[in-house]
Amino acid sequence: MHFESFEAFLQMGKHGAYVWSAYGISFVLVGLNVALAVRAQRQAKEDVKRFARREMADANKS
Amino acid sequence: MWQTLTRWYHQWGSPRYFFQYSGVLLPWLWPLAVLTLVVGVVWGLAFAPADYQQGNSYRIIFIHVPAASAALLGYIAMGVAGLVGLVWRMKMADIMIKAIAPFGAVLAAIALITGAIWGKPTWGTYWVWDARLTSMLLMLFLYLGVFALMNAIPDPRQAGRAASLLSVVGVINVVIVKYSVEWWQSLHQGSTLKVVGESAMPSEMLAPLLISMLGIYLFFACTVLMRARTEIMVRERKSQWLREVLR
Repeated sequence: MHFESFEAFLQMGKHGAYVWSAYGISFVLVGLNVALAVRAQRQAKEDVKRFARREMADANKS
Repeated sequence: MWQTLTRWYHQWGSPRYFFQYSGVLLPWLWPLAVLTLVVGVVWGLAFAPADYQQGNSYRIIFIHVPAASAALLGYIAMGVAGLVGLVWRMKMADIMIKAIAPFGAVLAAIALITGAIWGKPTWGTYWVWDARLTSMLLMLFLYLGVFALMNAIPDPRQAGRAASLLSVVGVINVVIVKYSVEWWQSLHQGSTLKVVGESAMPSEMLAPLLISMLGIYLFFACTVLMRARTEIMVRERKSQWLREVLR
């Protein structure tokens, strides 16, 4: 561990605001991006299944 | 060797094969990517020594450089996919472009934002219009342009051709970003890492940087595979094989 205390780690000398905002923004951007990708994937999977069900229903009707 | 490569190309070029094997790969790749990234970043933030000139502000490097280099590599990958798509009309190539662009844009944005934040305590300013920063901003716009083309044109084949073209042409900008600090006067420091020769960094700082870079590359690969799978599901929703796999 480079820092002597947790407070020193948070303060980063006098650069705490810079370092932590850089990491915070990056974390949020990456998290949002992955969340959107997960949602899109779930949606696509649902669509495939719904499409299959509807075709099955149409086939049974005729 | 060549035969293996062409076989590989044809296998992974088939949406069905891609979907199946990326599905096997991802449950291993995701944890590996997250673990590598966390190890690299925590090491860099808490354990690496401070810089003798910049103090602790330099710790932004452990996210800034990995994001920037992954954005560059991602763009090259997108350019290669664009070329393959234009020349051989390969289905998967268009899908890959669509899968790379969103996270590529996020990485370019992260490189720009963290760079600006780092610039304030180091240079005294958030932004200058010099070659490195401007060409990197252009890269963000190129990523966004490819993303927009892919999503705005309703016909997937036309969208693929337009986005492929922009991907291929934009590779020139990758070269400009890379060498901008050597060709022009810049506030931005020169390369920290060198492929040939000694890096301008002691190993206690270099190790966490390389690990973070590997972590971001793996993470990028995971998001690309995942988005490609989503796009395959959208395009192949009428295929019988997909229904069977998903059942």
